[in-house]
Amino acid sequence: MSAKTRLPTGQEAIAVKGWLGAHKWLLARRASQVFFLAIFLVGPWLGWRIVDGTLAGSRTLKVLPLTDPFIALQGILAGHWPELTALVGALIVLVAYALIGGRMYCSWVCPINPVTDAAHWLHAKFDIPKGWQPKRHTRLWLLGTVLVVSGLTGTVAWEILNPITMVHRGLVFGMGAAWGIVVAVFLFDLFVSRRGWCGHLCPVGAFYGLLGQGSLLRVSASKRAACDDCMDCFAVCPEMQVITPALRGKGDETPLILSPDCTNCGRCIDVCSVDVFTFTHRFDRRIDDVTQPAKPHVAEKAA
Amino acid sequence: MAGGCAVAGLGLAYLTTDARALPAEALRPPGALPEDDFLGACIRCGLCVRDCPYDTLKLAELGYDGPATGTPFFTAREVACEMCEDIPCVAACPTGALDPSLTDIDKAKMGTAVLVDQENCLNFLGLRCDVCYRVCPVIDEAITLELSHNDRSGHHAIFAPTVHADRCTGCGICEKSCVLPEAAIKVLPIRLARATSADHYRKGWEEQEQNGAPLVDGLIDLPDRLPGPGTDNLAAPGGFEPVFQLPGTEAGQ
Repeated sequence: MSAKTRLPTGQEAIAVKGWLGAHKWLLARRASQVFFLAIFLVGPWLGWRIVDGTLAGSRTLKVLPLTDPFIALQGILAGHWPELTALVGALIVLVAYALIGGRMYCSWVCPINPVTDAAHWLHAKFDIPKGWQPKRHTRLWLLGTVLVVSGLTGTVAWEILNPITMVHRGLVFGMGAAWGIVVAVFLFDLFVSRRGWCGHLCPVGAFYGLLGQGSLLRVSASKRAACDDCMDCFAVCPEMQVITPALRGKGDETPLILSPDCTNCGRCIDVCSVDVFTFTHRFDRRIDDVTQPAKPHVAEKAA
Repeated sequence: MAGGCAVAGLGLAYLTTDARALPAEALRPPGALPEDDFLGACIRCGLCVRDCPYDTLKLAELGYDGPATGTPFFTAREVACEMCEDIPCVAACPTGALDPSLTDIDKAKMGTAVLVDQENCLNFLGLRCDVCYRVCPVIDEAITLELSHNDRSGHHAIFAPTVHADRCTGCGICEKSCVLPEAAIKVLPIRLARATSADHYRKGWEEQEQNGAPLVDGLIDLPDRLPGPGTDNLAAPGGFEPVFQLPGTEAGQ
């Protein structure tokens, strides 16, 4: 651990790159979340019919169908083979996320992400104990459970609870008591389990994670030799277990973050004052040489 | 972990079955699959609601509306289905939860209208309200006016609005238009509105017509014992004694 570990998260990056430079991916991500909400909302609010429907299923400019493949899968297991429109829509979404990274849905589109990010922000601010930390594969078990229940009950089971579509549908069509579910997720993440919902439980995230196993767009710790152990990337990463293999890899071990848990949120890129991380593709295994390594033990090893 | 999942799964299964209890006044859009199939087919996208030109359809909101959260429904007394000929809601459905084989809106079966309260229906009171009959999009087929004698006034007719379930689409315009503060005619889900005849039950007159003759050979057609002069009623030759005899008249006349 370096002395920098104790500095407030992101302070150094702001000092080196400026506030904007240290938040550009975060801002881009918030803009993306607002954008994906807004294109659904301008229909009911302003009468501009750009995208009709919700995240569960939509129709863009009257032609392009999109369907949530996880919901479509539950429907199929429930015993209903969907019409071609829904199948095509699900296929488009499947292919797109398989290419760019399944969990980009989580960090760039999902309307629950700002809620759990806010909870985490408060969590860090008030230094609340991290609480219950279920195993990382809990969400995979939950995903399996949801699919089994769909099959056994003949319903699209997760839609009874799914906070994502609940809040999205609520904003587009009328909220009802769906606020309660949003508040519940927020409070759960704040007091019960740090990063609990998105990071440990949500079966939708688990599904998209599996979907993006082999995705092309990846974050690479290509300049890991420059790492000064400030630990800020671990502090901001919602799935911090994904960083270690890439950042701490020895020799020619891949610098790519290949874990399907990585949401491609880009916060590690923002928060790193020495720009260790960068967005690249999964075949870019380049490891940059750093002529002036900031890390003492790397220098020792080189000697 | 497996145990935890079993508990979570049971909880989720309970919620899904709980959500199946569709309230009687909530009607599904035209072409909706039977409720059990519908809940496995509808992805709660809201495209049918978006394309409904009369804002009839709504998506059920958590905690406020009875149907499963996010599924489309309408309440006839609030906004009835206008039975668009191009059925935009069915065309909008990406999954087929609203069955695309429904191409003629007159064949829709969203429910069945039932005249639930004859005691308050103005037509049954002998008045000529006729509103449900007049507004019915399938007038004279789904609802007819059946004449009968008005016993109260003694010399008027009762025009009873009568629903013919095989032609009723369940659009709810009759219920919406009923002039009473609480509608006397209501669209009910078919499961509540209709009986089904037992599988083993055969109607003798239909069987006989199909057979062209009585089903049992050698039946002896005994004379019917009707009261009155000229019959073979041996118990009371010339007919039964009337129970009540008007003063000044004689028996048998």
